[in-house]
Amino acid sequence: MERAVAIEVNRLSKAYGAHQAVSDLSFHVYAGEIFGLLGPNGAGKSTTLRTLITLLHPTSGTASIFGHDTVREADTVRRLIGYVPQERAIDRFLTGREHLQLLGALYHLTKEEAAGRINELLKLVDLEAHADRPAKTYSGGMKRKLDIACGLLPDPKILFLDEPTLGLDVQSRLRIWEYVRMLKARGMTVVMTTNYLDEADQLCDRLAIIDGGRIKALGSPTELKVALGGDIVSLTIKEMDRIPGLEAALANQPAIKTVRATGNGLDIRVESPEKALPVILETANRLGCGIEFIDYHRPRLDDVFIAHTGRRITDTAETPVE
Amino acid sequence: MTEYWQEISALTMRWVRRLSREKFSMLFTLVQPMLFWLIFFGNLFQRAADTQVTQAPNYISFLAAGVVVMTVLNNGLAGGVDLLFDKENGFLERLMSAPIRRSSVILSRFIFVMTITSLQVLVILGVAFLFGVEPATGLLGVAVILLIGMMFGVGLTAISMAMAFSVKSHGDFFSVLGFLSLPMIFLSSALVPLAAMPGWMSFLARFNPMTWAIDAVRPLILSGWSDALPHVAMVIPVMLVFDAVCLYGGAKAFRRAMG
Repeated sequence: MERAVAIEVNRLSKAYGAHQAVSDLSFHVYAGEIFGLLGPNGAGKSTTLRTLITLLHPTSGTASIFGHDTVREADTVRRLIGYVPQERAIDRFLTGREHLQLLGALYHLTKEEAAGRINELLKLVDLEAHADRPAKTYSGGMKRKLDIACGLLPDPKILFLDEPTLGLDVQSRLRIWEYVRMLKARGMTVVMTTNYLDEADQLCDRLAIIDGGRIKALGSPTELKVALGGDIVSLTIKEMDRIPGLEAALANQPAIKTVRATGNGLDIRVESPEKALPVILETANRLGCGIEFIDYHRPRLDDVFIAHTGRRITDTAETPVE
Repeated sequence: MTEYWQEISALTMRWVRRLSREKFSMLFTLVQPMLFWLIFFGNLFQRAADTQVTQAPNYISFLAAGVVVMTVLNNGLAGGVDLLFDKENGFLERLMSAPIRRSSVILSRFIFVMTITSLQVLVILGVAFLFGVEPATGLLGVAVILLIGMMFGVGLTAISMAMAFSVKSHGDFFSVLGFLSLPMIFLSSALVPLAAMPGWMSFLARFNPMTWAIDAVRPLILSGWSDALPHVAMVIPVMLVFDAVCLYGGAKAFRRAMG
């Protein structure tokens, strides 16, 4: 089956002076999917996004939106997209409605067209009651909703969201996720950056893991997890000094794929737990390692992230509590 | 073309709305130059200033031209501040991701700053009138004063916007602003005529475009057309060059920031 391609990124690089923000990225986004750019802060997600929405010119390589080049045909691209910036891009002195009216004029809607669409959007994001209050009286969640309404005002083919739930409370986050799913159901293509693994896992149809300006892995969350191969056994060990010994002893066992030392134990990727668990326990016993805690789970997205980048996403970014 | 105008007018209206929502800020912006400089400074130095030196009936009538141009200076140099905040909170990116001509944002800012400045200049001339300063060249002279003010203001606003697009933080912006504003005033003929300045100061003041503007505005207020015309004929090409340089620099800074 041939799927329509919404975004095509080809060998994209962006450098700021000597600093290479993004190197040689190639990927595409299908029409109608939710595509995620997952990575820690400073990984190059925002640079990639801003290139796609025509705000940055690539140093080399190209990006196109429905076949239109983001540099040469910037104006056409801008007519196809909506953007929800990462910062609270709100003018505190304007009311919610005035924000949308301003954008209406910038997208060249007539007053009547704009008024109708604005009412619809205010209803959608649940801001009708607050539409005529200055934005400085809005809560963080309300500002975010206004941001999203602004992004949707042009009725875009593709909506770009930069860290849509950064710093939001749990309820607002779930609310935003709901909107995003609803937009997808209406046939919109959504591209978002995030450094929240659970967000990427639950929301995105496909995602690219970006670290150090490069794509480390790309696929659906399930594909990425399956591709890791095998399940994960995590051990917490009392005798910290014996961890390296156990690591070495397990590394060459047949049922075990990889062993990785963590702060207080080992993460072991295993072919089949039925065969591996006895081996692990027996070896630990033989080396005199007291196992304090043992956890066995199917690969999660954070395991995927660690496998591809060699570190936890939380090493540089914080994850909110669920 | 109609789309272009739709963008510019919507963006200009935004600046007007913002100002009208900040009532206090608006009041102080409007009142500060006349209260602080014209009324206090003008009257305070009434007797300290020698009319032989100023060549004016009283100090306040001498100072009026200086206050007019100082207002243009301060408004112009502060003209980029709102864009700086827009840049910092991401609003500018939102505007720039819309299918608008890149120049709309800039033009809306010029229109807004020039309008506010012109209104302020009229208020200052009105207050000066209450203190007995009647422009010698009449309403046509006032129109020429506004023209000179706007020509000077365009260049200054361009500098300010260029700075807003180039600086790393708004702390930098305000430091440079504070550093520029007062020396520009002291090294000009705003408060004292060039002839009464220490040699090195009057030498530097001669290169200050502000001096050129004041030297044209002052005879328009004090003496009349025959005195003023040679200065007006000089200041217009000077301002054209000044504006051209500032706009060129501004356009470069803008392209660097937006490319």
